[in-house]
Amino acid sequence: MIKINAPINKEELKKLRAGDSILISGIIYTARDAAHQRMAESLKKKERLPFDVQNQLIYYMGPSPSKPGQIIGSAGPTTASRMDTYTPDLLDLGLGGMIGKGKRSSEVIHSIIKNASVYFAATGGAGALLSKCILSSDIIAYEDLGTEAIRKLEVKDLPVVVAIDFMGNHLYGNALPGTNCTSL
Amino acid sequence: MIRKIHTLEITKNIKEMCIEANYYLSADMKDAIQQASQKETTTLGKNVMQQLQKNLIIAADEKIPICQDTGMAVVFLDIGQGVHIQGDSLENAINEGIRRGYEEGYLRKSIVHDPLIRKNTKDNTPAVIHSKIVAGNTLKITVAPKGFGSENISRIFMLKPSDGKEGVIKSVLQTIQDAGANACPPIVVGIGIGGTFEKCAIMAKEALLRNLKEHSDIPYIAEMEQDLLEQINCLGIGPGGLGGNTTALAVNINTYPTHIAGLPVGINICCHVNRHVTRIL
Repeated sequence: MIKINAPINKEELKKLRAGDSILISGIIYTARDAAHQRMAESLKKKERLPFDVQNQLIYYMGPSPSKPGQIIGSAGPTTASRMDTYTPDLLDLGLGGMIGKGKRSSEVIHSIIKNASVYFAATGGAGALLSKCILSSDIIAYEDLGTEAIRKLEVKDLPVVVAIDFMGNHLYGNALPGTNCTSL
Repeated sequence: MIRKIHTLEITKNIKEMCIEANYYLSADMKDAIQQASQKETTTLGKNVMQQLQKNLIIAADEKIPICQDTGMAVVFLDIGQGVHIQGDSLENAINEGIRRGYEEGYLRKSIVHDPLIRKNTKDNTPAVIHSKIVAGNTLKITVAPKGFGSENISRIFMLKPSDGKEGVIKSVLQTIQDAGANACPPIVVGIGIGGTFEKCAIMAKEALLRNLKEHSDIPYIAEMEQDLLEQINCLGIGPGGLGGNTTALAVNINTYPTHIAGLPVGINICCHVNRHVTRIL
């Protein structure tokens, strides 16, 4: 198990390979569909983004509400491909990488290679478990979007797998065949 | 004999069922995940299966939703002919139960009021309601919160009669192959074969509610369920889509008579958080 800190160091990132199991600690930001749409509108209008994306990780996640005394509710990844149209622009601005689930488009893979960034997969549907890795959560923008607001999270040992590394090697689509197969 | 059921009772039950469904999986689902975990052979796949088991324990112990996507509430009603529903309108009573359940259970509100304008209703209403009038004097309610990672990759195929069983199998495998990790495998596959365009879709959704330890009453369909499960698990998608032999936990098929010219096939995929709670009033 490899431990890395966020925001990420570009040299450290180059040591990561598709398939590596990683524990992330440090600061990450959440954004999903609606927040990406707003950030894209801001970029179009040449406005500043709600946070400096340089070397940061965006976690595609919209949590369930926290109970009194709880830091955050259930907090697992959402499907990353819905953010594909927005991702290359953010990577060009220096975004370090993304955490989500599922395949990315070839445009995103090319952009990951071009910008030497990384895409991590967290386990979809393990929101209760993943919430335990979150030490603090603060809404920093788009509060009106509710669950889709941008949150700054402090995480400790968030378990992920490198799904696409900086060279564009990707785990999805290269899945190992099942071992009990006789018919195929 | 006419039996009276007040809508206040329906609201209260729906509220409790929303919360229960989102914190605890049914015993058959938990067993299926545990069994698959033991059989998984890849390292990454095993890790994911262990995470899923830990996740279920944390969710139940600490009353945290199993998944942050607490779904769109799908409600099935079997309304006995001998039941007289009193009070508010049934639809209002159901939506009030959803509203309270999602608020009191700290469940995520994921519903937008209009599919294109997309403003959140902030209380997870309305539910999608499917009701049937049946014999008897009880009201059977099932609440099945449906996550959209897996809903988004579900499909309907209007096949030709000549496509036959092979065509159905090909459509199912293609759907699951295309879905890959997005469906949050290991998945449960609900399939409706026959009927009309909408009937096959509703049958597919109902198939997700069936206990995973039970098979179709029709011998050749039960066999097809088993064959399909094996073929799906040969796709190699694996837990979390990271590779492995656990892509699906079960395949449940429902069938219905259809038209001489058609072979509708609905394929509704559910992630490993296949939530449903049933109560009989």
